[in-house]
Amino acid sequence: MIPRIYIPGDSGALALGAEKVAKAVRAELAERGIEAKIVRNGSRGAYFLEPMVEVATANGRVAYGPVKPSDVKSLFDSGFLTGGYHKRWLGAPDKIPFLAKQTRLTFARCGINDPLSLDAYKSLGGLKGLQNAVAMAPAEIVKQVTESGLRGRGGAGFPTGIKWKTVLDTAGERKYIVCNADEGDSATFADRMIMEGDPFVLIEGMTIAGIATGATKGFVYIRSEYPHAVAVMNKAVEIARKAGVLGLNVLGSPNAFDMEIRVGAGAYVCGEETSLLNSLEGKRGVVRAKPPLPAIQGLFGKPTVINNVISLASVPVIMDKGAAFYKDFGMGRSRGTIPIQIAGNVKHGGLFETAFGLTLGEIVDDIGGGTATGRPVKAVQVGGPLGAYFPRALFDTPFDYEEFAKRDGLIGHAGITVFDDTADMLKQARFAMEFCAIESCGKCTPCRIGSTRGVEVLDKVAAGIEPEKNLALVTDLCNTMKFGSLCALGGFTPYPVMSSITHFPEDFKPAPARVAAE
Amino acid sequence: MTMQPASTEIASRTAAIIQDLKGLEGPLLPILHGIQEEFGHVPQDALPVIADGLNLSRAEVHGVVTFYHDFRARPAGRHVLKLCQAEACQSMGSDAVAAKIKQLLGIDFHETTSDGSVTLEPVYCLGLCACSPSAMLDGEVIGRLDDDKIDEIVAEVRS
Repeated sequence: MIPRIYIPGDSGALALGAEKVAKAVRAELAERGIEAKIVRNGSRGAYFLEPMVEVATANGRVAYGPVKPSDVKSLFDSGFLTGGYHKRWLGAPDKIPFLAKQTRLTFARCGINDPLSLDAYKSLGGLKGLQNAVAMAPAEIVKQVTESGLRGRGGAGFPTGIKWKTVLDTAGERKYIVCNADEGDSATFADRMIMEGDPFVLIEGMTIAGIATGATKGFVYIRSEYPHAVAVMNKAVEIARKAGVLGLNVLGSPNAFDMEIRVGAGAYVCGEETSLLNSLEGKRGVVRAKPPLPAIQGLFGKPTVINNVISLASVPVIMDKGAAFYKDFGMGRSRGTIPIQIAGNVKHGGLFETAFGLTLGEIVDDIGGGTATGRPVKAVQVGGPLGAYFPRALFDTPFDYEEFAKRDGLIGHAGITVFDDTADMLKQARFAMEFCAIESCGKCTPCRIGSTRGVEVLDKVAAGIEPEKNLALVTDLCNTMKFGSLCALGGFTPYPVMSSITHFPEDFKPAPARVAAE
Repeated sequence: MTMQPASTEIASRTAAIIQDLKGLEGPLLPILHGIQEEFGHVPQDALPVIADGLNLSRAEVHGVVTFYHDFRARPAGRHVLKLCQAEACQSMGSDAVAAKIKQLLGIDFHETTSDGSVTLEPVYCLGLCACSPSAMLDGEVIGRLDDDKIDEIVAEVRS
């Protein structure tokens, strides 16, 4: 049997040198005259171990990582093609603690095989959900998804089944499924990983959504910062068409569904669903007022399901194993699993899919292993640039939509950025306002003007100019933005700002005191 | 200096791109991406051609082009270096990385070196948040930027 070597082609792994490792492996194979097949798989998400190279042995996969190009020669010397010991040896990948502790439903296949092999996809349970769906009535599919308790993983947490039901119940000669892959939040990379590592699961989920709601056309709107994901998705759609997964007769059924990949153009606000729809239509990505809901008048005014990548990619497992199976995971009204993305200044950064309910402390300290710098954790921002900064005092918060809301936070797209004690929370609060000013679509005044005024007022606080009065002004401004903005950009920017002021008041003390303290 | 194509040539090349893509639903963004790929930027002379081809007003086309950060009014340098400045990278010192690169290249964000070798831009997240601080050089991703990698990048864009 020809040995198989797996070297990730995921952009995170590439950013850490996977291409150079692949080149070194190829060169070493040529020099030693060994015939082997190099498979470019996705990433399993343990980025602290990337580039993680795996070999298929008689006893299963053996992983090595993080592999540097300079390790490659000695890996061959150690007999790594048969799982030989080397200082980078990690053993069976599914036994690596970071991966073994996960519950992988949505990411069950991600990173294991060549993402563009439909056969590999099917061999690990792919297309079973769609096969079940084509034999069901649309209302039955919607019922399954509703009963699973799946909520929008993009941040809003709206029940996916209810959204689908609205589209199913709305008459329309044409309906659309739009996948929001404009994953602009810092600390989030789950969408990117699934598109690069298991694209067929998204195609399958969108196709099920189409059959369930009577939509025949799907669009994936991917941000332009993800060129690798765009390339993989485009190829995967082609392959799915040729295999009859997409087309006039999905898996041989009378259902038609096809899809197209579209690329954004660097506007963060297009991650907001109505702004994304405008962008897809070829307009400025300004936010639309709701109502009408996109489910009733969405893309080109037609009934439209707009869901996040992870929401759609979670549908196949629900349709394969049933609503009850999925619902069994989680806590409270947060059912199923959530891919938590542990990022920033953290020792064990990566994607950790698990049932809802772990505490923030367990995620940051136990799974993340604390900071990369080895310094104490000062703050963690949960939910991207519009999420609150939590101090260690709130580390007992369970990972759950409602529990985070109770503490004036949000889980958003489940990204967590860890900061050590060198972080300046006034600077972070100012950045939140600055980012909102850069990315505001300009339609509503609280967001457009408020963010700029917010930067100015926080600069005054930093300069020690009437700090108490100016902090009161920021608080008032945040209140206006929170309740007066059209969408989450202006409406949620107060979360990072106010949480910084509330939990880290010492960082907002007047400048002379700050200087003296340093 | 980069040679600029004449306006008639821009018009004909733009018209060809429109012809290819106008059958799409909502074709404007794909067309603008196509034009930027063709010319390296979205030339002013292309706008009336697009307006004409899609039955839009010039103001509408101008509005769309200027809304999105990606579309350039002028050509970029031979290399484009994007440094992530979002929170996850901030937590790993992206401010210091940016300061160092700006100093080494002698330019600020949104500027191009006088020899036209490189354009420096901030980017808000490359999805490499567990590999911070990160950057993208001509579409290639680079993670865990340190002094050695910064030196490599600077040497590459200068060569």
